[in-house]
Amino acid sequence: MPAKPSPKQTPMKEQDPRERIKNFKEVPYGYSEEEAMLEAKRCIQCKKPFCISGCPVGIDIPGFIGLIAKGDFKGAIRKMKEKNALPAICGRVCPQEEQCQQVCILGKKNEPVSIGRLERFIADWEAAQGKMEIPEIPPDTGKKVAVVGGGPAGLTVAGELRKMGHGVTIFEALHKMGGVLMYGIPEFRLPKKVVQREVDYVKSLGVKVVTSHVVGKLQSIDELLQEFDAVFIGAGAGLPWFMDIPGENANGIYSANEYLTRVNLMKGYLFPEYDTPIEKGRNVAVIGGGNVAMDSVRTALRLGAEKAMIIYRRSRTEMPARLEEIHHAEEEGIIFEFLTLPLAYHADEEGNVKEMECIRMELGEPDASGRRRPVPIEGSNFRIPVDLVVVAIGNSPNPLLPSTTPGLEIGKKGNIAIDEKTGKTSKKGVFAGGDIATGASTVISAMGAGKIAAKEIDEYLKTG
Amino acid sequence: MKILEKEIIAENLKKFVIHSPLIAQKALPGQFIVLMVKEEGERIPLTIVEANKNKETITIIFQEVGYSTKLLGTLNPGDSLYALVGPLGKPTPIKNYGKIIVLGGGVGIAELLPVVHAMKDAGCEVTSILGGRTADLVILRNQVKEFSDNLYITTDDGSLGEKGLVTDPLKRLLEEDAGYGLVFCVGPIPMMKAVSDTTRPFKIKTIVCLNAIMIDGTGMCGGCRVNVGGETKFTCVDGPDFDGHEVDFKVLMTRQKRFVKYEKESLCKLEKQMDQMKK
Repeated sequence: MPAKPSPKQTPMKEQDPRERIKNFKEVPYGYSEEEAMLEAKRCIQCKKPFCISGCPVGIDIPGFIGLIAKGDFKGAIRKMKEKNALPAICGRVCPQEEQCQQVCILGKKNEPVSIGRLERFIADWEAAQGKMEIPEIPPDTGKKVAVVGGGPAGLTVAGELRKMGHGVTIFEALHKMGGVLMYGIPEFRLPKKVVQREVDYVKSLGVKVVTSHVVGKLQSIDELLQEFDAVFIGAGAGLPWFMDIPGENANGIYSANEYLTRVNLMKGYLFPEYDTPIEKGRNVAVIGGGNVAMDSVRTALRLGAEKAMIIYRRSRTEMPARLEEIHHAEEEGIIFEFLTLPLAYHADEEGNVKEMECIRMELGEPDASGRRRPVPIEGSNFRIPVDLVVVAIGNSPNPLLPSTTPGLEIGKKGNIAIDEKTGKTSKKGVFAGGDIATGASTVISAMGAGKIAAKEIDEYLKTG
Repeated sequence: MKILEKEIIAENLKKFVIHSPLIAQKALPGQFIVLMVKEEGERIPLTIVEANKNKETITIIFQEVGYSTKLLGTLNPGDSLYALVGPLGKPTPIKNYGKIIVLGGGVGIAELLPVVHAMKDAGCEVTSILGGRTADLVILRNQVKEFSDNLYITTDDGSLGEKGLVTDPLKRLLEEDAGYGLVFCVGPIPMMKAVSDTTRPFKIKTIVCLNAIMIDGTGMCGGCRVNVGGETKFTCVDGPDFDGHEVDFKVLMTRQKRFVKYEKESLCKLEKQMDQMKK
């Protein structure tokens, strides 16, 4: 008589917090084949599954999980890749607790199926086999599409269009592909080897890739339209926000983009083997409560900080970061200063930051985002000694293309205005998606936008 | 990205001509590139001294001040760079400003060259003041002279031209006649600050070309931020040219020192490697 499936998720082994704060290796170890099959058998294969509509790219979740349960791993990855070309990435960084797992029926009385862990398992299983299966590409349509930006949106559009037989070239401004996947998300959450593998998969479909090519500087969108039949802009939200408070330009104060780019893209954590340096602060304050703040503060800890602090103006419940990352941060000994707002920075005679002046906050009425608005408590000012600060309060769409492309309508936030149902911009033949259109969001929502745009671009290429 | 020519201009000052057809087509005076010598290398910005559309080449002239520039200097014709991106930055606004004074200090003279060429072509009456520690470091004199109506040279040690700083002839010229439409200056930070302080009482528009530490060079990290007129600007996308009377040079100089101790560590590493190679 088979055992009744557990009401709880099959645990996934992770590095011990005391060990993992000394290295940049991935925190979770992933499921073994036995663990994966055990977890997959928890799925009750609902006749009308809610999970599929919870997924921004519409993966046939019961489909791939059912195949894992049977031990047909090859079938499972094939099923997965029908909808999602980057499962090794999504399985690691999607906020599943807000998407597919949130609506899983098991979650009503027990714990939902660990859809994310299974996605990661099947992607890693395929990679371990050595050769990735490449789908058959239809004959060349003769149409060419330029994709601006080699991040999640661009990679998705490129893969989808190529699988329809169109010629695709991705133009990436940095020297490595991946966008935030490479420069933003740390090695211990998303190994760069995994990102490169997914990029190589897209290239193996026949997508051309050009790096160190800044569209908007080297070539304009109009110039691209002379060579290509359509253009997709996935340039991302690469403009860092600063608070504009006194002392913010002192030495030792970084935007999260700079801090993470030095560590992740330029591998500063391997200095001096890699040439780009990164300051290793002892008392580090990271301002913000999202995934980028979590990434920054856990990076600082791994670089040797004695005190790595999160300074957040609201409370834990309002933090927008992925639950798993908040949990990992707490396990690692990150100090959380909730209801705290920086007011100014004070530097020493050499211009290096030495103290941060803060004020305590309390939660008042909800604001436009629906979260309770933080309000300063008069006279509660205090100072924290710091020698490194990372400002991780958000990013805006990169202004380069919006400001240099005539005929492109721009929204209030500096984003490229699009029809969300199609990805069409105000310029004929030009589509956009991801953070450049929505403002800073998630990898998976950029991929969702990429899928929508690819379908519309295909339509446009056929009908003009 | 292949290096076609290499020339040693002066001690620790080298010139590379690099094959780069797309950048050569698009580069305008005042713009720069960011390059990486190898995959593990830093991303460093360098001014495009010349862009030759016909030959499909760009020229850079750099001073070997630290680890990455020294490493760059070990490359030879036939070697390729790992990465080269450009043209970056806002081009210098070129037009007929009437009478102008351009000042270049040391390797800054190389950065001055494309601008002085374009300004002369635009009809300006150009007075050039070039400065250096010693005669050998007042580089590209003949090239600058070709586009100048007047040329003054100063050296710290008096080995060429006047003994003193570029601000000496500058002050004299302005005291004689303050009717200049523009002063354009590129060189060490203390020089650009001194030039701006000198022109301020005469209320002459003064542009300086800043050389902040950069990583991406496309405006996504804010590492190159400077205070200009009380606002934070990014050198790589808002600059590299800024109004010299508005720039907070103190903050700029402080920010330049951020990685000095790491620089020393890298230089030790390079010296060890070069010693090993000699053995």
